[in-house]
Amino acid sequence: MLSCEQATRLLSEGQDRTLTFPEKMNLKVHTAMCSGCREFGRQLGSLRTLIQEEKDAGPAPGKK
Amino acid sequence: MAAENQLHVTFRDEDIESLRKQMLSFARLQLDDEHLAEDAVQEALAGALKNASSFSRQSTLKTWVFSILRRKIADVLRGQYREPVREACKECSTDDDELFDGRGHWQAGATPRRWGDTHELADSTQFWQVFDTCLEALPAEQARVFMMREFIELDSAEICASLELSTSNLHVLLHRARLKLRACLSDHWFEREA
Ligand SMILES: [Zn+2]
Repeated sequence: MLSCEQATRLLSEGQDRTLTFPEKMNLKVHTAMCSGCREFGRQLGSLRTLIQEEKDAGPAPGKK
Repeated sequence: MAAENQLHVTFRDEDIESLRKQMLSFARLQLDDEHLAEDAVQEALAGALKNASSFSRQSTLKTWVFSILRRKIADVLRGQYREPVREACKECSTDDDELFDGRGHWQAGATPRRWGDTHELADSTQFWQVFDTCLEALPAEQARVFMMREFIELDSAEICASLELSTSNLHVLLHRARLKLRACLSDHWFEREA
């Protein structure tokens, strides 16, 4: 069973690389029971989306 | 200078000039040598501006530029003291954590709670002010890799190569950065006292 620290580490790495099948399974088991880590994962996704939206909308008219 | 030409696209000359001045006074404090300070600022600015188009707000650009300047200054200082080439990743140590208890579980007050609707939040100037403050509060190396990853959208291999970091060090830095950033955003935006 993963600790929350380990689970958040995997959730973070999931933003940067493809997780292995066992890693995904372990995460699934953990987040099914842990609302904190579930929210953490969601929030990482929100952060990425927000930054993307902000960049797309940014005041950079002449961007190449 | 070539790097400056690229920049006109997004930022005005005055903005860059004021940024350069702030950098210079910061570098002078750290280095105590006018020439070294100017060199460090010049190099950091040129390096940073290559990716300036990834940052649409002046304040995020500033955090980015300063994270590079701090690293330059650290390099200069290291050179002066002739220390071993690469220091161990000092921000990698997983101590001093108020987020997790001894068994690695969320501390009571630190457990993430639902952020609520983030729809259209990207348009909120106030939100980005809070965001920038939180980003700036991160240790420089963490802020830097986070920005390289999320704003410049480099992949892990590119970041590791350019900073001479191992993949696992990078993952540690990004993990720390994300933990702190989301905690800061929760405290100062999503769960702030009205
Ligand atoms: Zn957990």
